[in-house]
Amino acid sequence: MESTVTVEPVAVRIENLSKSYGEQEVLRGVSLEVKPGQIFVLMGPSGSGKSVLLRQVIGLEAPDQGEVLIGDHKAHIPSTHDVFRTALVFQAGALFNSMTVYDNLALYPREHRLYSESEIRDKVTSVMKALSIETAGRKIPAELSGGMKKRVAVARAIIMEPQLILYDEPTSELDPILSATTSELIATISRETGATSLVVTHDRDLALSIADQVALLMNGRMVFTGTPGELSRSEDSRVREFMNPSIDPHNPRFRKQENDA
Amino acid sequence: MKAVLDLLEWIGSGVQMTFRTIRYFPHLPRQWRRLVDQCLFMGYATVPLVAILSFFIGAVLALQMGYSIIDFGAKQYIGSIVGLSMVRELSPVMTAVMVTGRVGSAVTAELASMKVYQEVDALRTMNIPPERFLVLPRLAAIIVVMPVLIMVSVVAGWIGGQVVSQVVPWIDITAQTYYNALKSFTDLDDVTDGVIKAELFGIGILLISSHIGLRTKGGPREIGAAVTRAVVVCIIFILIFDYFITNVLI
Repeated sequence: MESTVTVEPVAVRIENLSKSYGEQEVLRGVSLEVKPGQIFVLMGPSGSGKSVLLRQVIGLEAPDQGEVLIGDHKAHIPSTHDVFRTALVFQAGALFNSMTVYDNLALYPREHRLYSESEIRDKVTSVMKALSIETAGRKIPAELSGGMKKRVAVARAIIMEPQLILYDEPTSELDPILSATTSELIATISRETGATSLVVTHDRDLALSIADQVALLMNGRMVFTGTPGELSRSEDSRVREFMNPSIDPHNPRFRKQENDA
Repeated sequence: MKAVLDLLEWIGSGVQMTFRTIRYFPHLPRQWRRLVDQCLFMGYATVPLVAILSFFIGAVLALQMGYSIIDFGAKQYIGSIVGLSMVRELSPVMTAVMVTGRVGSAVTAELASMKVYQEVDALRTMNIPPERFLVLPRLAAIIVVMPVLIMVSVVAGWIGGQVVSQVVPWIDITAQTYYNALKSFTDLDDVTDGVIKAELFGIGILLISSHIGLRTKGGPREIGAAVTRAVVVCIIFILIFDYFITNVLI
């Protein structure tokens, strides 16, 4: 991707983070460290608190206890995002439906007056070309397929030239081929821009193929942190259960299907 | 107790949103395209509605007044009654109610939808304050559009009253008599008061609608609930605030 710009990566440190919604405790004393330029994949089953953790890192919510630091600045303080450029690729894209794809991509540099309109046009065009979405420029997001929306969301993040990119379930709702392409794209972006990447997913293939570090979150607690190799070799029963979920063939539901067949 | 605390929290966050929006007013020139879009949206579709409804409000008022005062031989004063009622009270209130239905509901629906589908979160992650990007151009647009709407409403109401006064056989006063009475009892202060009232209603409607939209949580069903809530709260606001502002302006 020739269009990308190298950035100064930034570290993320989470210390003893807890977050509750009413009576429901979602995160319980979570700690982790993402080194500058690393691809850190946070895995966990649905409802384990991964997306909530991401919202704390991007500063959309403040923690009840503990700290989330980007560099040495607290993530939930708005001025932190004036100091460091951080981007979040939302699970559902969160593209602006009232704008064309081109305007979605041009929004950040326009609003922050980073470049002239002709420079913005050049940048947007080259990023669209790099992500093979150049035909979508005049379309509105509602006219795009799921895979295309993900690419546009990634393109919108790249245009920001972020030092930290957060991905929320980047391969959800994608077929295996598109999932593999997206994984490759995340790795390429990280390699070529040098940005730190924090990826939240329950896709084991994605984690094992691109991660420098992996962590496993279950019921709001961190149960594993290490390299993908260490994850594969882990003897921890919770890790093994997540990585190789077993299906009971004697479960009556399966037997019923056999009978139906 | 919880309900009171919730209400105070709601008011507090509304005041915060208002001050943040006001703080971004120097950024308005950068939002001129969105401002023009919003003016067109608010004005273009609302003007015909306001004109038609105000025409008939003026017409009904003339009819009622004509029926009530004809026995006293005072039908030549219909113009003054319609003129004053429209400009001081009916036009500002009825225009505000129509703006609530047409503009306030649309603003709430759009912002609530953006909130539910995480577009507002996306703006925040891009370090673009929603108050600057979403609320400011709409607030500026309603400030521009409201005086136009109120003047359209007043004129349409006056014409409605005049047409009925002339056409209905048992009233039957000339246009000249009608407008002479209107001119002798209505002065520039009445018009100014009506415009001030409408402007304050418009600002209130826009801030309430935006605030409810931006606070929407949950799924698509909540968008509909937010719109209903916004319309109800705006109408309550218009009627209660009308009493106090009338007391001040009278």
